Amino acid sequence: MEENRKVSKGIPVKTRRVISYIVLIFFSLLCLIWFYILLINSTRSHAEMTKGFTPIPSTHFVDNWINLVNGTIPILNGFINSFIVSGGVAILASYFSAMTAYAIHAYEFKGKQAASAFILAVMMVPTQVTALGFIQLITKMKMDDTLLPLIIPAVAAPVTYFYLKQYMEANLSMSLVEAARIDGAGEFRTFNSIVLPIMKPAVSVQMIFAFVGSWNNYFTPALILHSDKKKTLPVMIAQLRGADWLRFDMGQVYIMIAASIFPVVIVYLIMSKFIVGGISSGAVKG
Amino acid sequence: MKKQSKVARVNRWGYIFLIPFFLTYVIFQVIPLCSTIYNSLFENFRSGLKQIGPNFVGFANFAKLLGTIDFWNYFENTLLMWVGGFIPQILVSLLLAYWFSDPSLRLKFQQFFKTVIYMPNLIMASAFAMLFFALFADQGPVNSILVSMGILKQPFKFFASVTASRVLIMFMNFLMWFGNTTILLLAGMLGIDQELYEAAEVDGATSSQVFFRITLPILRPILLYVLVTSLIGGMQMYDVPQILTNGKGTPANSTLTVIMYLNQHLTSKNLGMGGALSVVMFAVTGVLSIVIFNLNKRKD
Amino acid sequence: MKKKVLSVLLSAAMAASILAGCGEAAAPAADAGSDAAEAEAPAADAEAPAADAEAPAAEAPAASGEAGKVLNIAAWNEEFKTRLTDHYPGYEVVDGTHGKIGDVTVNWLITPNENNAYQDRLDEILLGQESAAQDDKLDLFLVEADYALKYVDTDYAAAVESLGISLDETKDQYQYTKDIMTDSNGVLKGVSWQGCPGVMIYQRAIAKEVFGTDEPEEIQKLFADWGKFNESADKLKAKGYLTTASVADTWRVYQNNVSKPFVDGTTIQIDDNIKKWAEDSKDLYDRGCTTTANQWTDDWSKGFYPEGKVFCYFGPAWLIDFCMAADTEGSVAHDGGWAATEGPQGFFWGGTWICGCAGTDNGDLVADIMRKMTMDPDVMKDIVLKDNDFVNNRPVMEGLASDPEYHSAVLGGQNALKMFCAGADKIDMSNLTAYDQGLLGDYQTAMVDWMNGNFASYEDALDSFYKAAEVRYPELTH
Repeated sequence: MEENRKVSKGIPVKTRRVISYIVLIFFSLLCLIWFYILLINSTRSHAEMTKGFTPIPSTHFVDNWINLVNGTIPILNGFINSFIVSGGVAILASYFSAMTAYAIHAYEFKGKQAASAFILAVMMVPTQVTALGFIQLITKMKMDDTLLPLIIPAVAAPVTYFYLKQYMEANLSMSLVEAARIDGAGEFRTFNSIVLPIMKPAVSVQMIFAFVGSWNNYFTPALILHSDKKKTLPVMIAQLRGADWLRFDMGQVYIMIAASIFPVVIVYLIMSKFIVGGISSGAVKG
Repeated sequence: MKKQSKVARVNRWGYIFLIPFFLTYVIFQVIPLCSTIYNSLFENFRSGLKQIGPNFVGFANFAKLLGTIDFWNYFENTLLMWVGGFIPQILVSLLLAYWFSDPSLRLKFQQFFKTVIYMPNLIMASAFAMLFFALFADQGPVNSILVSMGILKQPFKFFASVTASRVLIMFMNFLMWFGNTTILLLAGMLGIDQELYEAAEVDGATSSQVFFRITLPILRPILLYVLVTSLIGGMQMYDVPQILTNGKGTPANSTLTVIMYLNQHLTSKNLGMGGALSVVMFAVTGVLSIVIFNLNKRKD
Repeated sequence: MKKKVLSVLLSAAMAASILAGCGEAAAPAADAGSDAAEAEAPAADAEAPAADAEAPAAEAPAASGEAGKVLNIAAWNEEFKTRLTDHYPGYEVVDGTHGKIGDVTVNWLITPNENNAYQDRLDEILLGQESAAQDDKLDLFLVEADYALKYVDTDYAAAVESLGISLDETKDQYQYTKDIMTDSNGVLKGVSWQGCPGVMIYQRAIAKEVFGTDEPEEIQKLFADWGKFNESADKLKAKGYLTTASVADTWRVYQNNVSKPFVDGTTIQIDDNIKKWAEDSKDLYDRGCTTTANQWTDDWSKGFYPEGKVFCYFGPAWLIDFCMAADTEGSVAHDGGWAATEGPQGFFWGGTWICGCAGTDNGDLVADIMRKMTMDPDVMKDIVLKDNDFVNNRPVMEGLASDPEYHSAVLGGQNALKMFCAGADKIDMSNLTAYDQGLLGDYQTAMVDWMNGNFASYEDALDSFYKAAEVRYPELTH
C-alpha cells in the first residue's frame, strides 16, 4: 500500500526523510548533551574545572565520589531514604489504585457513580494547595520529620487509579471473576490472585511511574524532612545551592547530581520499550 | 430472592475496596484542605521565636493578597514561563509525532529516538535545575565552550538577565515535556483510520494538506487534553525555578512563580497569607480541573 | 505471587531501615574513652544543669557523670567541627557528621545558611525542644552576629553562668564578643573563640605588576579611602584585573560603618552608608572592576586561584584560613600569595558564638567545650599557630602580634596580627538587629538586580527589597 503512495505535489519523500532525520538527531542531541557534560565534569577535579571545559573525561570520578561520601551530606542515607519512600509509594499506589479501580469496575452499588466522579474530579488538584494543612496535620500526628507522611498518602493516587481503570475496562473480563466466585473464592482473594495478575503489565508500568514520581519529588519532602539523615535525594540536591559547606568543590556537586540522575536513567534504558509504551496506554484510550 | 441478596452481599465489597482510598484521601487531602481554608481567615505568623495570632481577620488576607500587585506579577511570571515552554513543545511534538506516524517516511530507529526524547521527563527536576545552574554559571562549561569557540567575547551572565533566566526555565520545561507529548500525540495519530489517508492520497493531497485537514482536526480532543493538563502542571511550576534561583526568583522577581511565593510564606511560617494563597490556587486549578473532568467524562 | 513480591520488597525496605538505624545505635557502644575514671556514673539527674545556677565552677574536666549519651550540635558549616576535631582533647572523628568525646557521641546537625535555612531549622528544633527525647535534645548551637539577638534574648539559650562558668573566666575575651551575647537583662548567654576584625586581603603578584610594590604600607596608601580605592580600581582594570570578586565583598565594610540599625522597632530603615554601598558598587560594576556574583558561589571563589584575576577580598582571619582554599594545590593561598592591609574603612565580619541550650543533658560537657575552646590560653594559642584564626583572647593575640617568630604562610610570611588587634578593639556592634541576616541578603539580591539592569532605578530595587523583606518578616513595615 505504502509503495503506491505517490506524493504528486510538495517536497519529495527522500528530502523529507533527510530533513526529519536531521531534526530528530538535533533534538536527540539537545536531550543528551547536558548529560554528557555532566558525566565528563563528574570525572574532573575542581582545579581542572576552573581551567575551563574540555570534552575529554579525566580521572577523578572515584575521588569525587569518595569526597562526597565522606563529606557532610549523608548521601548514602539519602539513597536509602529515597528508596524506602519511592518503593513504598510505588507499592501502595499501584496496589490500592488497582483495588479502587476494581471496586468501581466490578461492582454495582449505590453511590458508585458519585465515587467515580469524585476521584476524576480531584485528579488534578495539586498537592501544593493543601500543603499548609498537610504540614499542620502531620505535625499534630507526630509524623513531622519522618518518611511516613511521604508514603502513606500514596494509597489515594487518583492518576494511577485513572490509568489502571482504563486498562481494566479493556482487559479484564468479568467472566473470569465469575468463575472464581463459583469456585468459592472470596472477593479479596479473587482480587489478589485473579485480577492483579491480569493487571500485571499495567500495574508494573504504574509502579515505575509512581516510583520515579516519588524519587523526583521535591516540594513536600523539603517541607517535612528536617534532619540531615532523613532527607531524600532531591532535598539534598537543593542544599547544594547553599554552597559554602562544599568548600566550592564542583566535582562533588556534579557527582552528586550524576548519582541521583543516572540510576533512574539506567533503569529507564533497560525498560524503555515498556515505559514508552505505557505512557500512552491510559490517556489515549477511547 | 436468594440470588439477589447474594449479589448484594458481593457488591458490598465495592464499598470495602473503596475504603483505603477514601479514608486516606479524606485524612491526607480533605482535612488539610479544610484547615488550609480555615487558616486563610486568620492572622497567624511567627516573629522570631514568638507566635503572633491566630487572630480572626475575615477575608483581610485575601484582600491583601489580591489587592497588591505582587501576586499578579508572580501569576504572570508563571503563565509566561509556561506559555514559553508549551508553544515550542506542542509544535515540535506535533511535527515529530507526525513524522513518526507517517508511513511514507518509514523512519528507522524510531524506538531509539522515542527513548531519547522521553528521557528528560524522568530526570529529577531539582537535579536537572542544579545541573543547569552549574552548567550556565558565569564561569561554567557553557560559557567556557561559547568563549573558546569565539561565539562570545566574554562570559554571558545568564542568571543576571531576566530574559535569559526565563528562557532557560522555559527551555528546561520544554525539554522535560516534549518527548512525553510527542508520544501521546503519536498514539493519537496512529489511532487515525488509515483509509482516510489513502482517500486523501487518491485525491492528490500534499502531505501538509493531509496534516492540516485530516490529522489536526481528529487530534483536537487529545490536543485539548494535553493543553489543559500542561496548564495545570504549569500553574504548579516550582522545582526548576526554585532551585535555579535558590528560591528567590531572581533576577528582579522575574522568575518567581506562584508556588514559590507560597513556599516563601510557608517557610516564614505565615499561615494566614499562605492559606489565602493556597485557597486562590485551589480555585484556579479547580476551574481547570472541571474542564479536564468534562473531557474525561466525554471519553468515558 | 504478587504477595510474595510485596513481602520481599517490604522486608527489604525494613532491613534497609534497620541497617540505617544500626549505624547510629552502634556508635555509642565501644570505647571506654580517655578520661574514663568515673565510668559507672548513673544517669540519675537527667534534668540537670540549666536550672541550678549555683553549680560549682569546678575545673573538673569533661565526663563528671554526664547523663546524656549524645551531644547534639547545630551549626551552618564545618568550621567549628574542624576546630573541635583539631583542638579539643579526646575528640574523635567517626564520620562526616559524627564524632565522639569519651563515650558521648557528638551528632552534628549542619544546615547551610543560605536563604535563612539555618535559622529556620534552628527555630524548629528549639520550639520542639520540650517534647524531644532526651538524646534528641539540642545541647549546643552556634550563632552569628547577624541574628544572635534573636536567640540570645530568649530562654532557649542557657546562661553561661548556669553551666558552671564564672564570668571571671571570660575576662580575657574581647568585650564586643560578650556584648553581643548579653541579653536584655544583662545575662551572658554565649561565648566565642574568635574575633573577626576584617582587613583587605590582596594578591601580591598583581600588586607588584600594577602598582610596582606589594608592601602593605604602600598598598594601603593607594586604597586608604573609597575615592582612592576607585582610582586604583581603574588601574587594575587597565591591566585586566578585577578589583574585587563581587560587589558583595565590600558590603560589610559599608554596613559596619552605619549610624543606625536596619530596623527600628518594626520599621525598616536604610542608612546612608548602605545606600552608598549600592551606588558605589553599581559604579564599580559598570566600570568593569567587579562582578555581581553571589558570595560563596563558584564564580565568587574563582579569585582564590590566579586564573580568577581578582586583586582583593575583604575579610577577617577566618576567611583567609578557612575559606580561601589554602590546602588546594594551585590556589593563591597555597603559594602564600596574599597580603593584608587595613583598606578604606575598618569593619568586622561574622564570628561564631557557642550557646548552650537550656535543657541540655550534657551541661558539664558543654561547659568544658566552652572553657577549652574559648578560654584556655594554650588551646587559643594553638588555634592561632595552626589555623591562623584570630582568637578571642587579648593577651594571646597581643603576645603573638609582637612575636617576631609568628607569621602567616598564606600571607606570604606577613604578621598581620597587629592590624587585627587594632581592629578588634574598635569593633562596635551596637547597630545589630535580630533581622540583619535576612535583610542584608534580600537587600543585596535586590541591588544586584539593579546593577544588572533589571531595575530602572535604585528606588525600584528598594521597593523589591521591601517586598521580599516583608514576606520574610511579616511584622516589618517601611
